[in-house]
Amino acid sequence: MAAWQVFAYIAASILFITGLKMLSRPETARRGNRLSAVGMLIAVVATLAAGGLDYTWILVGLVIGAAVGAVAARRVQMTGMPEMVALLNGSGGLASMLVGWAEFVRATDVATFSAVAIVLTVLIGGIAASGSVVAFGKLSERIDGKPYLFRGQKTLNAALLALALAAAGFVVADAVVAGGVGGTALAFALVLLLALALGVLAVIPIGGADMPIVVALLNSYSGLAAAAAGFVIDNNVLVVAGSLVGASGFILTMIMCKAMNRSLANVLFGGFGATITAGTAPQQGVVKPLSAEDAYFILEAADSVVFVPGYGMAVAQAQHVVQELAELLSKNGADVRHAIHPVAGRMPGHMNVLLAEANVPYEQLVEPEDVNPAMETIDVAIVIGANDVVNPAAKEDPASPLYGMPIIEVDRARTCFVLKRSMNPGFAGVDNSLFFKDNTRMIFGDAKATITAMVAAFKEA
Amino acid sequence: MNPLLLFVFVLAIFLGLELITKVPSQLHTPLMSGSNAISGITIVGAIVAAGEGGVVPTLLGTIAVAAATINVIGGYMVTERMLGMFKTGKDR
Repeated sequence: MAAWQVFAYIAASILFITGLKMLSRPETARRGNRLSAVGMLIAVVATLAAGGLDYTWILVGLVIGAAVGAVAARRVQMTGMPEMVALLNGSGGLASMLVGWAEFVRATDVATFSAVAIVLTVLIGGIAASGSVVAFGKLSERIDGKPYLFRGQKTLNAALLALALAAAGFVVADAVVAGGVGGTALAFALVLLLALALGVLAVIPIGGADMPIVVALLNSYSGLAAAAAGFVIDNNVLVVAGSLVGASGFILTMIMCKAMNRSLANVLFGGFGATITAGTAPQQGVVKPLSAEDAYFILEAADSVVFVPGYGMAVAQAQHVVQELAELLSKNGADVRHAIHPVAGRMPGHMNVLLAEANVPYEQLVEPEDVNPAMETIDVAIVIGANDVVNPAAKEDPASPLYGMPIIEVDRARTCFVLKRSMNPGFAGVDNSLFFKDNTRMIFGDAKATITAMVAAFKEA
Repeated sequence: MNPLLLFVFVLAIFLGLELITKVPSQLHTPLMSGSNAISGITIVGAIVAAGEGGVVPTLLGTIAVAAATINVIGGYMVTERMLGMFKTGKDR
């Protein structure tokens, strides 16, 4: 590698590091993203300019990829962002897997170290790729979002992983014994196929409410796959950039786990929602329904209102009418905020993206710990299609699978409206005692229609 | 192949873990899509695979270049779009 190329890769690495750092603060996020894009451009140009390459097929790949990426990024709806992120993760993982594969095919005399790097790239990349495709299917509801569990699932996964590692070990051992045996290609194919199978099997048992964790984890995997590919082609910039992404994805995963008060192992192997035992008694009590028109009279008199959005808001596409109602409430003199639980929705930050699309200023978006201490002073809390993240069982019922999860404590607000389609339990399959509290009023129906009716009542008055 | 890369790898992992400590939730999605675009750096490996000859490596490399480019272009553009929507009260 020429000296100028090394410098170019160092510059790219610095831009990635700075960009990522800036991306974690609201004031600098946009500049950070652009810096990291410049870093990517430098890395690509430095690679192309190094020479010794036949550009024909490179250009074909670049043009196709750029066209597909640009069109998808422009067309995607904000409500479709979880699927989009899953697909982007998947394409990154796939690319790394293919780089490992191509390198295996080309290498005639593979050193031990390279062989380890190649099989790891294929393993991690393959899991990230097929896992992301399943996540995409679940998020876009092309396949059922419910946890898919069967007897002996963990045993099967463990056996397949052991088999994959054994095959990987064979490929490496074959590289040590130079000259190789004829079975290597077969063992390699086995590694590849098992990686893809493991990705599918790892994601299918995970329920919709846990998708934010899985999406963050797949993000981490796609980074690690790129880092592994860096070992394969002996390139520092891949190792640095891939590790950074691996680490940041891991941090995000841990933030999500903490927001659910669950360990990563519990999410990955728990099959949450399908393992609810009979320990939780069905909730009993009287539900007090309310019409949207009557809700208006309470809202009209409110001095402080907190919206608590959940996945239901995304499904109903209600974010724009929510903002319309929020503006009317503000004009009416109420203090309006949106309390967002870190795991509300199907990916980290899902609700923030939707509300930003609807032009909600981000000062109005607050975290649970900002509203919980003064919840008693809130006149109305409006829960829109959120369930588990407001379930008081997380504080009150040690038998509940949600117990210990930090929630938005809307049950302590003076009045709590719950907008809900019907009385079905939430995604985790857990009953919600919030619905039976004295200060709770249920407003049944489509969230968008309900809020539109409230907006209409405000405008008529 | 250079085992010294392991040294770089370990340092970069530590750097990554230190770099991002507290992320406000409104940046969770952009951080994910933006860092995801960075993981498209595998495009460098894909370009080499697609351009160094051999029928099978070229085929695999070309698909890899396309996939990595989707990752890079899509990731940066979608992050830019999202961040453009995050407005403060003053901006409006």
